[in-house]
Parts: sequence; C-alpha cells; structure tokens
Amino acid sequence: MKFKVDNHEVYASTGGRPFDKKKPLIIFVHGSGLTHMTWVLQTRYFAFHGYSCLAIDMPGHGLSDGESLKSIEDMADWISRVIDSVGYKEASLVGHSQGCLVTIECSARYPDKIKTLSLMGGAGAIPMNPELLQLAENNDPKAVDLMMDWAHGPAGHFGGHPVPGLYHINTGGMLAKSRTIKDTLGVDFRACDNYKNGFEAAKKIKIPTLSILATGDKMCPVKEGKKLANLIEGSQVDIIDNCGHMMLLEEADRVLKVLKDFITTNYPSKAKF
Amino acid sequence: MSDKDKKGTKPQTYKFDTLSLHAGYQPHKNAGARQVPIYQTTSYLFDDVDHAAALFNLERGGHIYSRISNPTVAVLEERVASLEGGTAALATSSGMSAIFLAVMTLCEAGDHLVVSSQLYGGTVNLFRLTLPKFGIKCTFVKPRDTEGFKKAIQKNTKGIFGELVGNPGNELMNMPEIAKIAHDAGIPLMVDATYQTPYLCKPFEHGADIVVHSLTKWMAGHGSSMAGIIVEGGKFDWMQNDKFPTMTQPYEGYHGLSFAEEFGPTAFTMKARAEGMRDFGPCLSPQNAWNVLQGIETLSVRMKKHCANAEEMVKYLSNHESVAWVSHPSVPDHPDHELAKKLLPNGRGSMIAFGIKGGKDAGVAFINNVKLASHLANVGDTRTLVIHPASGTHSQMDEATLKFAGLSHDMIRLSVGIEDIDDIKNDFEIGFRAARKPRLVSNQ
Repeated sequence: MKFKVDNHEVYASTGGRPFDKKKPLIIFVHGSGLTHMTWVLQTRYFAFHGYSCLAIDMPGHGLSDGESLKSIEDMADWISRVIDSVGYKEASLVGHSQGCLVTIECSARYPDKIKTLSLMGGAGAIPMNPELLQLAENNDPKAVDLMMDWAHGPAGHFGGHPVPGLYHINTGGMLAKSRTIKDTLGVDFRACDNYKNGFEAAKKIKIPTLSILATGDKMCPVKEGKKLANLIEGSQVDIIDNCGHMMLLEEADRVLKVLKDFITTNYPSKAKF
Repeated sequence: MSDKDKKGTKPQTYKFDTLSLHAGYQPHKNAGARQVPIYQTTSYLFDDVDHAAALFNLERGGHIYSRISNPTVAVLEERVASLEGGTAALATSSGMSAIFLAVMTLCEAGDHLVVSSQLYGGTVNLFRLTLPKFGIKCTFVKPRDTEGFKKAIQKNTKGIFGELVGNPGNELMNMPEIAKIAHDAGIPLMVDATYQTPYLCKPFEHGADIVVHSLTKWMAGHGSSMAGIIVEGGKFDWMQNDKFPTMTQPYEGYHGLSFAEEFGPTAFTMKARAEGMRDFGPCLSPQNAWNVLQGIETLSVRMKKHCANAEEMVKYLSNHESVAWVSHPSVPDHPDHELAKKLLPNGRGSMIAFGIKGGKDAGVAFINNVKLASHLANVGDTRTLVIHPASGTHSQMDEATLKFAGLSHDMIRLSVGIEDIDDIKNDFEIGFRAARKPRLVSNQ
C-alpha cells in the first residue's frame, strides 16, 4: 500500500492482506540498499495470522519516493512518523542489518511507542569496509556483488532457496541494483559507518527483544550480535548454524518460527484470522 | 566485518564450472547425499493445517504438489538461473511448453508479439497458428531486420521474441539493439537461447529480460530427456507502464496478490508457476530433471568440444567440392560474424547449415547414406545429427513461409557432435559420394 510521510509517498507491502487498523502493527525495516521484498517470507505469514504488516521501502528505496535518509537517527525518527502516519500509537519492529541499527535507535528514542524489537543480523555498530563504501558511493555495481558475496553463507552461495526456483545471490543483487546504487547503498553504507550510538541506545531498551544471529554471518558476526544483545535487558538470542547474514531468506523457515514464537508471545494479536 | 574475512575487492562468488556442479543443492539438507536425490513423489506432507495454508497462501516456501514444484526440479531451476545470471527459473516438460508458458504469462487475448521469422518450425507454428486461437497475434520480422522489429511494435505489443541464432539458417538477431528497441517501447525481450546455452552466451548481459531453453538439447546433452525452462533476468520493471495488468494488479487467484509488488525481480517466475504451471500443468518429471542435471555437470567440457568440432567441420565443408555454401557464424564472410564474436565469445555454437550441390535430391541421398551421423529431429546431442529441414523439422511450413524463414531446399542442418572429428568427416565423405550419384547409391 502507499501512504504519505513528510509529503513523500511511501510504499509498504502489507503481506498480501488488506491493512487493518484493528490488528496490531508490525513494521519490517530492510537492510542497506535493499527493499521490502527481503521480507516476503515473514510478512505474509503474520499478515495471514492476525497482524497488520508494513514491510516498508525506506525513502528513496524500492517503490518509495524521496531521497534516502542520511543518518540512522533520521531513519529512526522517520519510522516513528510512519507509525503516526498510518494511524497507530504503537508497533512492533523487526529489523535486518542496517534495519537493526534503525530499530534499536527508534526503540531507544520512542520507548512508549515500540512494544517489541526483533533484530536479524544485528550489531551495535556496522563499520564499513572503506573500499566497499567507496565503491558504493561511486555507483560501482561491484559494491553490490561484494555485498552479495559477503552477505551469504557458504550454503547460500550454492543456493537452496526456500522458494522453489529462486536463486539467492542474483535475486538479492537485482534488488540492490533496482535504484541508483550511490543513492541507496552508498548513502546507507555511509549512514551505517557514521552511526556510533548503537550500544548506548541498546542500554535504554527495556522492551522484549530478540536477536537472531548466524554463525556464517561475515557482515555482523555472532560475537558482535551477542555484544549488543548483552546490553539489552532480558534479550533473547537465537543462533543459526551454517547460515549467513541473509538469514531471513537463507533460513527463512527457522527465522519465521523463532520470530513467530517471540512476537505471538510478547505482542499477541486478538484478531481473528 | 573483520579484516580476515575480507578477501579484497573481488567478489568470491562461485564461477561457471563450479555452479554447473553445485548450484541449487545443499547436501546437508538432504541426508548428506552428494548427488542430488530424485524426489519421485507427487506430493508432500503438511505439518498441520496451518502449514498447509501457509504454503497455499505463498506465506512460506516449500512444496505442495509436484505439478507446481518438486525438490529435484527446483535444484535444476536454481542451477540454470545461477548459470544464466538470472534471479529465478521455472522448469517445464519441454522447450515448447517453456515458450508457451512464458507467452501465456506475458500475454492475454487481444495482445500482440513481434517475433523473429527464423525459428524452430514448431515455434513458428505456435506463433503463426496456435497463439491466434488464444487471441494473441504475432508479426514476423526477419532476424537481421533490426529496424523492422521497431516498426512492427503496436500499442498492444507485449514483447519481442526470437532465437539469438535462428534455426536453421544461423542468422543472428542483434540482441543488444533489439533489447533497446523493446525497452524504449516498455516491453520485454524474450530470447530462446537453446543453441547457445549459458556457456556460450548469457542473454541477460546483452539486454534480454526472459530466456527460454529447450534443455533437451545441449544442456542435457545426451539425447535422453525432454525438458525446458524459463529464466528471469529480474531487471524488467513491470510497473513502468500499464501494459502488464496481470503482473501489477491484484490477482484474484491469490487473495489479491500483485506479483510485481510482492516479488519484484522474480515476479514473472512466480506468476508463471503460481498461475501458468498450476493451470496448464506442463511440469518436468524429477527423473528428467535429474538427467538434465547430469548433463549440466559437464556442460562447459562438452561445449568446448562441440564448438571445436564445429569449426573443423566448417573448414572441411567450406572447401568441399559437393558443398554450395556454408552458414556458421565462425565463417569470416558470414554477415553476422562480427556480432557473433561479440555475443558468443566462448564459441559460435555447433549448428551448421550448408547447401549441398544437386539440391533436394542430393540432400536426400546424403542423409540416406551417412552412417555415423544420425538422421533425426533433434539438435544438441553428443552425437552428430543431420536433417533436411524442408522435408523434416520445417515441413509443415508452406513455400512462402519457408522462403521468409530463409530456408532453401538444398539446405542440410548439421548438429556437430563430440565424436572424433576424423570419423565425422569420413562419414560425410560417404554421404557426399552418394549425393554426387544419387540415383545409383541412395537408399530406396
């Protein structure tokens, strides 16, 4: 569906069901340079099981208008305005990679608004490889190729996509190339590199929090994810073996099961489905 | 990420020969089986009712019924998608069903396609005679008439289709230029790349949006199994105009799903599977998928030998007294030689068309007398194959259509195999001797 935030049109997938304000809201926040489509194997389930879902395209990404936001802090504030714009007072947040930084910051800034936080491939900081950052800012498609290489675990490199016929690396690469690389990936990488408040923000979070980490994650290694999780009171951690940074696609069923248990327990829906 | 994990700025993704052997398959999820298992089953157990509903609603990936998807077939689909540089693929029971399913995913009654005139005879008949029964009309354009493709586009045109190297005349489409024409008109370019396989050409790198293959040919390679596939490039923006409402508008068959919005770079494949395969059902058997996978494991090895033998045969035929003309993109005076060097850098393929002196009678005598080369209606076998198109593969075309497609009665179509090259040449000598005296030595 499309709606407006700051006078710019925003696109969000509702997971194949009509957006229904009577149902609790889950907002899914994608990673650097990507789009709502990375969440297709999570959103549709929740949308069919009593939740209103918004897998958003961040400004300037996917099908959303406007320019990419330049800092994680701006993105966190923007997520808060998304909640306002669709007429809700609260939401549950799910983030992947850069989306984790955004949702951590948002949860710290708006403690009354955010009810649960789910982090996938998250860390308190995501310093960028200088060469990768430069390639992305120079609009070089090699930046996407490198990201797809590092983002997928050994098994993901060979494939084995949960949706028959889809090939991980090329699909992810095409998503990241769907808009001008320097305007999406380049801006996002710079925002990640500049963000220094993750660990401080984590200390302020008092809501139920889940971290899903993967042993083959080179972008946000398990030890970094654990370091972050240890700062969040009562944080729940799930570690997936033989999987890379793109766990939401590489191990979609496992991720969905853990996420389903966490959200339905901590943010249950009373809606009939 | 830590410094030790960085391998420099060169991506370490697997290369073609490795993907040919491994892509799409994870042994640790299949009892450690090193070879891809053949999942010879029609259907798959649901964990519970919720799991069943989730699969039917496309909430999660997985298999329901082998008409829609099958784990062995899925390995093949991913493997071909990886080799082509595509986002997704859908395997079918034959190359023809791949073309039909791709067209029916793209078009509705009232739509129009611009189609290269030089195609496999069965494909010509599909576009010329069968698709009009579904309300889909086609305009044929000669493959070298690049401007003609532009002129033939109408308001209701939904795509351009062609074989990169036309069967059997070996005329090339200028794929990059025709892709630009298609994209300027807001429509996709669909290419049948059976003759090339991704080893010789990756059409997505030259602007194609959808690739179809008859996997029966070089990909499987051994003349054992029928199979086809549709591969999606993932670049085409279905939402750029209002030409593709079945891709962009809510689809009643899946709770108002918009394939383009929900699946983006894999939308075409998702629609082809969810709608086309569900409703038409030309699914690939797991056994045949496995057979094709065996072929793909050695694709690059075989293609090198096919191309080397073909170039030897081109030299041999070009200097032979019984041969009137030879058409193969490796020949320097072939009109598309330079284009072929650009589009087919790893080899120009193993299909040769040549004219035999003495016309149709000589052609018949030649084919009836070769012993090693097999006279049959296939291409891309490991074995050398010959046929006389005007009386075989293209015999259902009338004279005018034959002429428009660039076929002549003296034409022999040769699919060069990977036998010892001297044995192929010796066999052809027998055929040519018979052709020079057709009435004395030809079979009855």
